[in-house]
Amino acid sequence: MMQNSAARRDLALGVIVVSLLASVTTAFPLFARPGNLAEILDDSAILILLALGQMLVILTRGIDLSIAANLALSGMLVALLNKNYPGLGIAPVLLIAIVSGTLLGAINGLLVWRLKLPPIVVTLGTMSVYRGVIYLLSGGTWVNDNHMSPQFLGFIRYELLGLTALSWLAIFAVAAFAVVMRYTVLGRNLYTAGGNPAAATYTGIDPGRMQCIAYTICGAIAGLCGYLWVARFAVAYTDIALGFELQVIAACLIGGVAIAGGIGTVAGVVLGCLFIGVIRNALPLIGISPFWQMGINGLVIVVAAVLSARRREDKRAILEAQAA
Amino acid sequence: MRRRAMLVGAVSLAAVMIAGCGERPQTSNEGNGSGDKLRIGIVAKNLGSGFFDAVHKGADEAAATLGAEIIFTGPTTPTAEGQIETLNALIAQRVDAIAISANDPDAVVPTLQRAMQRGIKVISYDSAVAKAGRAVHLAPSSDELIGQTVAQLASELAPEGKGKIAVVSATPTSTNQNSWLAQMKQALPQYPGLQFAGVVYGDDVADKSYRETVALVKQHPDLAVVVSLSSVGIVAAAKAIEDQGLTGKVKVTGLGLPSELVGYVRKGVVPKFAIWNPIDLGYAATQVAAQLARDAKPEDGNEISLGRVGAVTFDADGVGAMAKPFIYDQSNVEQFAAIF
Repeated sequence: MMQNSAARRDLALGVIVVSLLASVTTAFPLFARPGNLAEILDDSAILILLALGQMLVILTRGIDLSIAANLALSGMLVALLNKNYPGLGIAPVLLIAIVSGTLLGAINGLLVWRLKLPPIVVTLGTMSVYRGVIYLLSGGTWVNDNHMSPQFLGFIRYELLGLTALSWLAIFAVAAFAVVMRYTVLGRNLYTAGGNPAAATYTGIDPGRMQCIAYTICGAIAGLCGYLWVARFAVAYTDIALGFELQVIAACLIGGVAIAGGIGTVAGVVLGCLFIGVIRNALPLIGISPFWQMGINGLVIVVAAVLSARRREDKRAILEAQAA
Repeated sequence: MRRRAMLVGAVSLAAVMIAGCGERPQTSNEGNGSGDKLRIGIVAKNLGSGFFDAVHKGADEAAATLGAEIIFTGPTTPTAEGQIETLNALIAQRVDAIAISANDPDAVVPTLQRAMQRGIKVISYDSAVAKAGRAVHLAPSSDELIGQTVAQLASELAPEGKGKIAVVSATPTSTNQNSWLAQMKQALPQYPGLQFAGVVYGDDVADKSYRETVALVKQHPDLAVVVSLSSVGIVAAAKAIEDQGLTGKVKVTGLGLPSELVGYVRKGVVPKFAIWNPIDLGYAATQVAAQLARDAKPEDGNEISLGRVGAVTFDADGVGAMAKPFIYDQSNVEQFAAIF
């Protein structure tokens, strides 16, 4: 059984998201039109994918600050590939983006696992290193839309049943994560390794190895998102997605992932992303001052952190629930 | 101890000489030996850059009309140290004037002061040198001229000069952006058909600029022109308008680089935009340098002719603006996209 507190929290967040949607719609009737909702999903898709990866890392008591730099580096790599070999088609682009992201993620994972370095230090370092490598790769120049092939730009915009390929990718990832986290040994091991590393060790799970796996999967997702980002905004340069890692972490925190590890649900993370997605699409529409927008975003994160702190006492519940 | 110091000195001297060989000045007019011909050193931030090659082209054009000789030079990498070596070489060649786009406003000042002591006229262009190190600075444009140009572009792109315009800025606290915007708003009353719908802030990041642009066209379905004065903003706004299927209906314009916007110009998303013209900048810098070398006195507020580019007056700080930003459209964007 899913522990009750998390399910209750997800439900509460869902109600908040829906009521947020409703209140924006009263102020701006066009907001809830299916077309606009599909656009919000499209806009939130990259955030959802990244937040799912980040969730794994946070669950195992880590944090990946390099996630946006990984995205940018992998994105620049495929942008340059596409610029120089426009006839390659989409499959090699996707493959190389994922492979590059996986390798960059594995570097984080191995440093954290083998050298037992603090995750925040490792990823703070690799964040800068990866950005630096983008500069070396690109020489500081931009790759623009006229350098990108129609397939490269068109793949994520391909529409099926009213949703873009980008949205479908996010939906598929959410479904896959929901199954893996709930029903597979890997998913349960990740929860256990983060929830109580000592107990995990006694049951034969190596928490360090689980951290490494989490970073590697997170990296693979970041790499894929590198292509998605570059194709969506049709531009690649050193600073793309600068600071986006904080939005990803914020989405996880709002979604109820405990920064201390071991707690968090796929549904919560998705709702956290949709919450941010609705807010950031609604605020400019209503015409709220940009200073207020920053303030509101910050307030939401602080409130989420307070809620997480209050729940810390029932943290052990997850292991008991698992044991049952 | 002394021996070591001498060794270090010898090695660094050798290093300077070797480095010097790599950046031999490119003399434009060959085989001239006349003593009364002005020799003007144009110093780039670094060699091998399309932007400065265009500056060189403009400088040669001006030199041909002025009967001057251009020595176009610069370091191989954009560093202040490299520029100091380059400047020393120019001083040794006893040029009449130097025009420099500085990699560091202060680091080159002592070297330039030495040049001025030897009677060489020094100006900076593009990227300024601190006041102590030059006679005048020729800025490519001014806030006022940028504001006027952008307002004019918006009016030209709005159907029959009528319609709503909105701005996608960078961060709300960006000094440049805010002063350009203020100047644009001042120029707007000249175009009574334009209605200013508001400013949104893309924070100079692609995703936020894109999202804000989408929100703009939803909020104002009758929007005619989106103006963005940031290079990240204009690219993101153009992509958003294209993705919304509004190409041709909502036009995007503002400040951007030809190489970054050439695709959108071709597709008609950004029919025209503005940025300074590096050829004109090289041309104008050469004009100013030549006239200073011929004893023009810019510090008295006298107007200095820039030939085909117009004229410039320098303010109390010795700063003058060349011209309005240059307009790029279908007819010339491909040519300039190869340059910068």
